[in-house]
Amino acid sequence: MVMTIDAAGMYYRDLNKQIRIAIEEGETEFVLNNINGQRYIGDAVEKKVKITINGTPGNDLAAFMNGPSIEVFANGQDGIANTMNSGEIVIHGMVGDVIGYGMRGGKLMIKGDVGYRVGIHMKEYKKQIPVIVAGGCAGDFYGEYMAGGIMVLLGIGCSDDKPITGDYLGTGMHGGVIYLRGEVEDHQLGAEVAVLEPDEKDMKLITKHVTEWCEHFGYDLNEVMSKPFIKLKAISSRPYGNLYAY
Amino acid sequence: MAVELSPVSQIPAEFRVKVDHDRCRRCKRCVLNCSFSAIEFKDKVTPDHRKCVACHRCATFCPESAITIEENPMAYKDNANWTARIRQNTLKQAETGGIILTGMGNPKPYPIIWDHLVIDACQVTNPSIDPLREPMELRTYLGSKPNYLEFENDENGKIKLKTQLAPQIKLDIPVIFAAMSYGAVSHNVHKSLAIAANKMGTLMNTGEGGLHEDLYPYSGRIIVQVASGRFGVHNQYLANSAAVEIKIGQGAKPGIGGHLPGEKVGQEISKTRMIPVGTDALSPAPHHDIYSIEDLSQLIYAIKEATDYKKPVSVKIAAVHNVAAIASGIVRAGADIVTIDGFRGGTGATPAIIRDNVGIPIELALAAVDQRLRDEGIRNQASLICAGSIREAADVAKAIALGADACVIGTAALVSLGCRVCQKCYTGNCAWGIATQRPELTRRLNPDVGSQRLCNLLTAWGHELQEVLGSLGVNSIESLRGSRERLRGVGLDKETLDILGVKPAGVGM
Ligand code: SF4
Ligand code: SF4
Repeated sequence: MVMTIDAAGMYYRDLNKQIRIAIEEGETEFVLNNINGQRYIGDAVEKKVKITINGTPGNDLAAFMNGPSIEVFANGQDGIANTMNSGEIVIHGMVGDVIGYGMRGGKLMIKGDVGYRVGIHMKEYKKQIPVIVAGGCAGDFYGEYMAGGIMVLLGIGCSDDKPITGDYLGTGMHGGVIYLRGEVEDHQLGAEVAVLEPDEKDMKLITKHVTEWCEHFGYDLNEVMSKPFIKLKAISSRPYGNLYAY
Repeated sequence: MAVELSPVSQIPAEFRVKVDHDRCRRCKRCVLNCSFSAIEFKDKVTPDHRKCVACHRCATFCPESAITIEENPMAYKDNANWTARIRQNTLKQAETGGIILTGMGNPKPYPIIWDHLVIDACQVTNPSIDPLREPMELRTYLGSKPNYLEFENDENGKIKLKTQLAPQIKLDIPVIFAAMSYGAVSHNVHKSLAIAANKMGTLMNTGEGGLHEDLYPYSGRIIVQVASGRFGVHNQYLANSAAVEIKIGQGAKPGIGGHLPGEKVGQEISKTRMIPVGTDALSPAPHHDIYSIEDLSQLIYAIKEATDYKKPVSVKIAAVHNVAAIASGIVRAGADIVTIDGFRGGTGATPAIIRDNVGIPIELALAAVDQRLRDEGIRNQASLICAGSIREAADVAKAIALGADACVIGTAALVSLGCRVCQKCYTGNCAWGIATQRPELTRRLNPDVGSQRLCNLLTAWGHELQEVLGSLGVNSIESLRGSRERLRGVGLDKETLDILGVKPAGVGM
């Protein structure tokens, strides 16, 4: 069964409550129409339900989420996948700031640009490795304090004379990996990261995630893969080990 | 680049380990007990004075009482300005080029306002109450209280409450265990705290290190913390809690974050923090999604949504100059509980410069916040928890009279578990098995014994609080709350008295 909700003018608490109750009663698929800024959709939902969102959801979409797959046919706002545990989010547009904060599992596919502070404090634990793939360019502090996970940024549609991310790229990074389809300048980099050339294993990983991204958004894989990638990794897993006098 | 220094450290020994060799029976127990490797056995017990931190483990466990630890009298020639502490830190920095780290609370001799406040008592015209005969109520409820209550008749004509109350936590004693992360303290400390909180009808707090699944059975008595690093935070963690606390600041280190070095992130800690073994657990001061009260509100409500509005959400901040306005914003942002942590609060590790010089005393912060929330008519909307060096039951009574709903104890709880306040928690070598993850040391604290000691401490404080209430002629802690008339200041200046809202001693009602 699919539950369709017309969310025009609906208060976010009523909307989320309705969804929560329906999930408890066994509903597995939702179509939310006329979403216009309602916050916290999908927060902490445990079941593997599917939620289709027509319209722009508000902040903190899928915070603490654990399992569902969400597809948004519009732009997203700030705080998507905040501390998310598992699940999948596909966004057919651009998103705002602080995407995937502290995210430790699941996947986030974004068609267009991402804002500032994306992937901050992303983590990984054993087999739980979060992934964020975005098609456009990013603002400052991309991957700051990143402790795990995989981020891929494709830079499609970004202007040629500007780098595809902002400054402070990977500052404080001590785990995980960032793949950028394009170049960055040295002054943009945090002191804790090194720029490397992706090896064969990296390319396999990139291809896997980009293939999926292309399928979602209808791009040609060969064309996307035709431009070279660079790889960013933390220099040390203990970036501030020497800061203290014991 | 740092220049290679001579291998001989210039830092003199702070303490001297004295061994009475006539009494020593060479059982080597001291050698085994010293986790700082300050005692060796070479024909006889031989101390390395430089390594001693005065934790008193060896002396406590010496069956012949043959060991005494003394300050090294001539380590630094006496000087009231260039104190031993300053010279020692200068030497440490000259040798390492690093920030001076430290553990536990601020040791500087700032005035302790609690000790300048005295409590009223009844005489002649209004009788005191005998707590041995009369029931005394220490119960209190944490959570947002409504502005007014509405009642209605049910179908049988009985009156019932119509107002829907925000979630409340019942405390049998208004003393809660402080946020101390698994990582900063050992698993056995967490277990002791959880068992004791459960038995005594109070709460423990996970700190920012996640919740080990061994403690899930006690989840009804556990506040779980959400800090900037979001370690171990997931929906099960949020669900397995009595309340969720957003940690913004901590009294011992206002404005700076936490940092658990990679070498302490072993198997079990990696599991609760959900990070790989051996990586640094960096949790910077700012939550990178909170830059305004509106952002804070967003996280508060994300947590309320995630827990279906069933759990109170608390926000913990350090006591700073503008604390009253900040607390007002936090209450308006939707917090059910505000915890204020003063600058004498303890910590597992912090730069000494922050601990000893940043922030304000909890007494002033508490009074200022309570007053501001009253003036704005929103005091009922959140409970106030007071933290930061609550040392004894008297401090609790005074804090409650100044407006706190409950108090938090960290160092006091650890002292009851054996901590000698040697302030070396950041080394991870705690000889008492408290601030360490070394298995041979954590074994030293048995959680059943530990929880009993904590229960005894709270039981004793409970009796003492009842005595104080009796002497005041009231029979519940609720009646003391915010009752500043029942306090008087001794030796405090006028400005301080004004902020406290307390009259000087000698003035009547
Ligand atoms: S560090 Fe502690 S156990 Fe070791 S010698 Fe000093 S007081 Fe004794
Ligand atoms: S917890 Fe341990 S290391 Fe820290 S002050 Fe107490 S005894 Fe010393």
